[in-house]
Amino acid sequence: MKQLKVDAIKKGTVIDHIPAGKGMQVADLINISGENIVMIGISLHSKKVGKKDIIKIENRELSQEEINSIALIAPSATITIIKDFDVIRKAKAEIPESIEGLILCPNPKCITNSEIIKTKFKVTDEKPLQVRCHYCEKKYLVEEVKIKI
Amino acid sequence: MKNLISMRDLSKKEILYFMEIAEKIEKGELNLNMDKKLAALLFFEPSTRTHFSFATAMKKIGGQTITMRGTSSSSVKKGETFADTLQTIAQYAEIIIMRSPIEGAARYASEVVDIPVVNAGDGANQHPTQALLDLYSIIKTQGTLENLTIGVAGDLRFGRTVHSLVQALSEFTPRFKFISPSFLKMPTYILDDLLEKNIKFEELAEIDEKIDELDILYVTRIQKERFADPEDYEKVKGSYILEKSMLSNVKENFKVMHPLPRVDEISTDVDDTEFAYYFPQAKNGVYMRQAIISILLGGVK
Repeated sequence: MKQLKVDAIKKGTVIDHIPAGKGMQVADLINISGENIVMIGISLHSKKVGKKDIIKIENRELSQEEINSIALIAPSATITIIKDFDVIRKAKAEIPESIEGLILCPNPKCITNSEIIKTKFKVTDEKPLQVRCHYCEKKYLVEEVKIKI
Repeated sequence: MKNLISMRDLSKKEILYFMEIAEKIEKGELNLNMDKKLAALLFFEPSTRTHFSFATAMKKIGGQTITMRGTSSSSVKKGETFADTLQTIAQYAEIIIMRSPIEGAARYASEVVDIPVVNAGDGANQHPTQALLDLYSIIKTQGTLENLTIGVAGDLRFGRTVHSLVQALSEFTPRFKFISPSFLKMPTYILDDLLEKNIKFEELAEIDEKIDELDILYVTRIQKERFADPEDYEKVKGSYILEKSMLSNVKENFKVMHPLPRVDEISTDVDDTEFAYYFPQAKNGVYMRQAIISILLGGVK
């Protein structure tokens, strides 16, 4: 069977095994500006997970912080850094201990929603993923918080 | 320790240190002199009692206070950022004591200014000085904080005071009895915390159900406004009113506490019994706040 291929890249980052449907959200999260060539594959066939999304970004190496932020949306994602068509580094998205400036607190009475303050959350549980606001101290499932994009 | 923002920040050792200093202050064993110190009391939400208690505490250790109330008397309304307001006040005072309806306001203030900040209540979040004075009242009447059976009655869902208290007591292997109408029950996230720490608790519907087993009964007010239908309130309110007749078989060391103001949840005939402890509890608040201010200002050596 013929398969649609997404071009290999010479240099950059490949984010693979994103759960199908989450690709656009991940793309927003890492702030794709239009400077680099980006290929986004949606609902591609995957032997490992059935269906997946994939993102390839040319000429940009994601920082570990950016990689970790992906874990919030797509913990199963695998990240590969490419140079000269070769894999130079495989990174795993690791759920960070604390998350700064990335998510919005859903509590309308939280000070982060009335002053211009960088939000801070601590990860309290991994399964299911839960975070606690540094300011109002409320605890939320990661699905309940809004990712700041 | 520089600030007092949340009970979550305090270790058991630190909690006991506050107890020790409050006791020394009460016994007159510490000579505290804060005569060059000024406390700024920022009350962005009305609270006469808490304000009064802090002002009394500061004056009793020789310090002085300035007060800012609401937001209308400040520049906050003129569009000044909260951070600027705080920074300005920090130029005048040695310590900021702050009550705000905004949750996390005191934490944020402590990050903005260099002087100590005391959280005197931030929305539904924390009220650590109340929790500490409650613990001080418990240790004074029971001789210990360990292994006590504590009943907590009233509005357990929205009551910030009871949340902080339960959290603070969790370090001391308590057994809890939670007494409330079904829709004002202790929130699941708090019960989950207790389960995780293997702390025993049960939920009851009547205030006198297991009163004979209690060392402490902590009563809080049920606000009528919480009920959608005033008739429902009338129906249940009797179950949460403590009366003298319920106290015939209580333990000798049993005490009734209440953060005040009381409405009708403790009948006034309880006041003359040896079990009533809510007014001394308010007095303990002054000793505890003297301790807190002195410790944060570095006045306790």
